[in-house]
Amino acid sequence: MTDTVPRTVGTRELNRLVVRFAGDSGDGMQLTGDRFTSASALFGNDLATLPEFPAEIRAPQGTLAGVSAFQVQVSDHDITTPGDAPNVLVAMNPAALRKELAHLEIGGTVIVNQDAFVERNLTKAGYESDPLEDGSLDNYTLFKVPMTTITKEVCKDLGVKPRDAERSKNFFALGLLSWLYSRPAQPTLDWISAKFKRQQLIADANTAAFKAGMAFGETAELFDFTYEVKPASLSPGTYTNVNGNTALSWGLIAASQRAKVPLFLGSYPITPASDVLHELSQRKNFGVRTFQAEDEIAAVCAALGASFGGHLGVTTTSGPGVALKGETIGLAVSLELPLLVINIQRGGPSTGLPTKTESADLMQAMYGRHGESPVPIVAAYSPSQCFFAAIEAARIALKYRTPVILLSDGYLANGSEPWCLPDVSTLPDMTVEFATGPNHTEDDGTEVFWPYLRDPQTMARPWAVPGTPGLTHRIGGIEKEDGTGNINYEADNHGYMVRLREDRVAHMANDIPLTMVDGDVEDADLLVLGWGSTWGAITSAVGRARSEGRKVAHAHVTHLNPLPKDLGEIVRRYPKVLVPEMNLGQFCRIIRAEFLVDAQSVCKVEGVPFTAAELHSHINGALDD
Amino acid sequence: MTDVPTTTKADWTSDQEVRWCPGCGDYSILTAVQLLMPELDVRREDTVFVSGIGCAARFPYYMNTYGMHGIHGRAPALATGLAMARPDLDVWVVGGDGDMLSIGGNHLLHALRRNVNLNILLFNNQIYGLTKGQYSPTSEIGKVTKSTPAGSIDEPFNPISVAIGAEASFVARTHDMDRQHMMDMFRRAHDFPGAAFVEVFQNCNVFNDGAFGAITKKDKRASMLIHLEHGQPIRFGEDNEKGVVINPQGSAEVVDVADVGESALLVHDEARQDPSLAFALSRLSAGPFEPTPIGVYRAVERAEYAGEASKQLAMAQEQTGPGDLEALLHSRPTWEVS
Repeated sequence: MTDTVPRTVGTRELNRLVVRFAGDSGDGMQLTGDRFTSASALFGNDLATLPEFPAEIRAPQGTLAGVSAFQVQVSDHDITTPGDAPNVLVAMNPAALRKELAHLEIGGTVIVNQDAFVERNLTKAGYESDPLEDGSLDNYTLFKVPMTTITKEVCKDLGVKPRDAERSKNFFALGLLSWLYSRPAQPTLDWISAKFKRQQLIADANTAAFKAGMAFGETAELFDFTYEVKPASLSPGTYTNVNGNTALSWGLIAASQRAKVPLFLGSYPITPASDVLHELSQRKNFGVRTFQAEDEIAAVCAALGASFGGHLGVTTTSGPGVALKGETIGLAVSLELPLLVINIQRGGPSTGLPTKTESADLMQAMYGRHGESPVPIVAAYSPSQCFFAAIEAARIALKYRTPVILLSDGYLANGSEPWCLPDVSTLPDMTVEFATGPNHTEDDGTEVFWPYLRDPQTMARPWAVPGTPGLTHRIGGIEKEDGTGNINYEADNHGYMVRLREDRVAHMANDIPLTMVDGDVEDADLLVLGWGSTWGAITSAVGRARSEGRKVAHAHVTHLNPLPKDLGEIVRRYPKVLVPEMNLGQFCRIIRAEFLVDAQSVCKVEGVPFTAAELHSHINGALDD
Repeated sequence: MTDVPTTTKADWTSDQEVRWCPGCGDYSILTAVQLLMPELDVRREDTVFVSGIGCAARFPYYMNTYGMHGIHGRAPALATGLAMARPDLDVWVVGGDGDMLSIGGNHLLHALRRNVNLNILLFNNQIYGLTKGQYSPTSEIGKVTKSTPAGSIDEPFNPISVAIGAEASFVARTHDMDRQHMMDMFRRAHDFPGAAFVEVFQNCNVFNDGAFGAITKKDKRASMLIHLEHGQPIRFGEDNEKGVVINPQGSAEVVDVADVGESALLVHDEARQDPSLAFALSRLSAGPFEPTPIGVYRAVERAEYAGEASKQLAMAQEQTGPGDLEALLHSRPTWEVS
């Protein structure tokens, strides 16, 4: 491509840009989106991503069911969502165009792989005529690019099989987009050579396709301008781009290090939680033991067994897995051992929408066990914040010897954002003190160990691990007497123990942060109360409403059980309370029951997150009501 | 480990009142274990008994060791986590036929195939005791119980066959009427580096009394129990007149030694890699009414799971050095904002 003469193309500046890559499941759209994101991150933009892919690994080629999409917003300022409507849609085939066009803003840019728009594919996508020719895209700016043809052409002398060459067309698309939006090329070229260092031909094909995409933009005279999104003015520091599952995995390692307790993960593969198992299984040098169990129940049981042995026992799963683990979590409530149960929520019930996001397992976390079985609950609210949520959940589990449920969801798990890396020395010291000797003197002066004799401050029982001389003891799921831990079926004792287990969780409210409230804290007409992954969309929507002069506050709850001590006062402070949730109003029900306020629910249970625009309109609606 | 203090049965006995029915076979098993422990080279604090739910699963409460009474069927899973986290411990799993072959069958299979270093004692009484007398996965076809008034139509499991089929490395059988044999088998299980499975024929005198009487009563044992001894031709009978051969179809068969001659008898080889002969022996008896082999069916050492997991950790630390959290957070492309 060295003989082409560069054209003079103008550059226009954008404050923000939302690109949606869409193609067949086998087209590598997640990879393409991820690379565009990484290059943007290294360039210094703020960004947020939304990967959306089907549950089938390879749904029938060319069908609507097989469309995989990746949306990213990049900006020159602080953003919290992957954007409402994309400005640009890259469609690798007719099915992708048909399925994704509705997302695009009117007047937006459509870039298609023209080679894929043949009759067979059009039919599969349900088109009766070619949308590239029949005028149905007149409201958009359409660019038809023969991506497959050019990619095959530039690869033909490399010795790559034609089929492999064709597979590189996603890198052509990435190259074109990188040129059009002034993304740096080097990070992508470096990534290709590192990733495919043992498959030189594939590295060569991808590199050639990527460069051809950039060259095509420059020479094809289709594009009059390139666009630029300047770096964002973020807080000073070292940044990396991270998704929720990676941040969460690293948070578990951090917790293990700060507690000086080895990490044990018992897990059974389930979407969208498996990546935590994958990440931690690569971290054996941190002393992390990972165990892929025979089922969800064995996974949590093994974690609990490891906790009995003095490890931080963790199990990762999604809602269906939590349902199977319920009995063991109940056992952990009774045993009063540390256990971290991580639910990366997905659409339900049953198999539901495995690859789509939802936050409808709050009531399951609160009450999804038999008997009075209280469990502290922590919820993560952004991809990078999963790191801190994991540390906090582990802190509570270790300090109070209790199972803790940590809620994330598919959107946080797979979505990514720039993360200002913390100074690890500032992370909390969570050093665990194990029991080392007797804690009770019998009437006859004998020194004995009572496994349920509590710390008066934390109400936590001692953690005496096997191997410690003098502390042999038996624990079990049968009701026990406080103090001695001996089996006790007495009515009064059971009543006492039930209340004690409830009280000790309630008392943890003294040891969790107060509610974070932003916006018009003093004089808002409306409080938007959220939890979990709605944080980004709420933050953005509240910002828009306030920029219009509305008085709105935003409180986001990270501890769902117990609730922060000041939450009751906060929800009563404002005339109106709106609770957006990715479920049918589960948290809102808790708020109404706990605090007797007329909180109103805003629900979305469609497998995709709220957009800021949707919430903005709900906020205005509630204020005008 | 010469510094393990001398102990007696009393040291291994907890202060808890034993709550099994009077006359239950579990008492004699408990005694055998409590008598054995002082003879093993282990400390009480390094010993853990883990159980699920059922009569047998109360066992840990009565041992003055560390113990966990878990939930129904999950003892092998709880114990797997413990054994992986703490390969230094001596972990025993105790459960009944309902616990380990019905609700927890899956966990038993996987603990055996992984070869986790556990001593698994399955108390088989062919009945549900704690729920008061329903048929179990080892009950015979036709068994009339509270839940099978017209007789059970379930084909029972043969626990030894199940264990061998699950790739178990160590498989043995004993019975609650012979303390010394139980102690021998439990000792072998303890000494075996991997998952050791021991089926114990155990009498439930309330709901299934005498289930094994036809083979375990003192006057029946010589003719009905076939002692498997490594390296010895398999013989039994009042006058050792019976023996076991592998017939041309590959099945084990009881014969009169006089008919075939001693040289035709199967010589027991517990260390044989191929499990076919051990499996054939497990099929010799259709139930506790025919001559039934007891002893060690199979003891074949192979890589132990927790040890292999620990090796991978050690190797990772050797290759990349101990984990550095700061470095991990910076392990992907980073950029500076000033």
